[in-house]
Amino acid sequence: MKIFRGSSGGAEAEAPPPVPKLTRRSSGLGELARLWDSEQPLCVLDLGSTSATNIRFFTEHSHKIYSEDLLVASTEPSLVTKDEQGNVVLDSRQFLADNLLYPAAHFDVVLCWNLADYLDESLVRPVMGRFWSVLKPGGMLLAFFHTKDAGPDSPCYRFHIVGKDTLEMQRIVLKREGRRGPTGAVHTALADGFRLQRVFNNRHIETLFRDFASIKFFLARDNVREVLVVR
Amino acid sequence: MSAPLSGDLAQIGKSVVVKGELSGSEDLYVDGQVEGSISLKNNALTIGPHGQVKATVEAKGVVVQGKLEGNVLATERVDLRKSAVVTGDITTQRIAIEEGAYLKGKVDIQGRAEKAAGK
Repeated sequence: MKIFRGSSGGAEAEAPPPVPKLTRRSSGLGELARLWDSEQPLCVLDLGSTSATNIRFFTEHSHKIYSEDLLVASTEPSLVTKDEQGNVVLDSRQFLADNLLYPAAHFDVVLCWNLADYLDESLVRPVMGRFWSVLKPGGMLLAFFHTKDAGPDSPCYRFHIVGKDTLEMQRIVLKREGRRGPTGAVHTALADGFRLQRVFNNRHIETLFRDFASIKFFLARDNVREVLVVR
Repeated sequence: MSAPLSGDLAQIGKSVVVKGELSGSEDLYVDGQVEGSISLKNNALTIGPHGQVKATVEAKGVVVQGKLEGNVLATERVDLRKSAVVTGDITTQRIAIEEGAYLKGKVDIQGRAEKAAGK
């Protein structure tokens, strides 16, 4: 694994204009909210871009939060390899050797957000398998999936928790050249953000989480299907 | 960005590479490379925009503008500025994270009482 990603130099760079935030209601988050008042400190894994808002939200509730940006990690050039057919793919074993390194049954909640829609195909199933193993039995995972109506150019957002069932969404703008996708064939990221890789239907989603104990769907108005799964 | 000027501030400049244990009783500004461990129990560590630190860090306050790989224990406060790239677990009383900072790791906020109890 590379020790340091990208380059610094942020201090000299011209400050980009602030990215506007949209507010949306999340039924899935609302379902999770009953956990936040738990007296036992929870272990929460946030897989979106680093969010000071989320870190503040959970630490104020005395929970432990882990932050890991898997989309950025998936743009690591050293992951590029070829499969048996000679197709360019990302090395899922290496990816899991470098990322999501937690003890089994460690987390009460995994906030997956829209990761699966934007993650490279070769990583989706292995990553979901790792989620199962790091979640405690009874632990919950929240994921968002675009519906077909969302369109192929749906922007990738980062999510900030601002209320029990309210999120602020902020379009991800990549600031470093080094975070672009490593190859033309499997590249995940565009110059100004990540690209939607596929649209899962309900059956695909059920298959994706087949090892989990239960799955609950919430259809939102903004062409997003929210999914809450329990290990 | 130039380093902050202060009477009790040690500096490791851009071209300096240090491997080993660093400890002291004055504030430290690192804009070069450090690998090992940094212990400034009653003082502050600032990692400048060019700083690349691969070390466990123990300090009163930690400000990161550059890159840090290693666990951080700050008795008072951690500031991750927008250019910060941090891989490691952070244990502190207070934390501020600017928009654009990158963190891969755990954030554990410990209150004074919790810390005194050694939890």
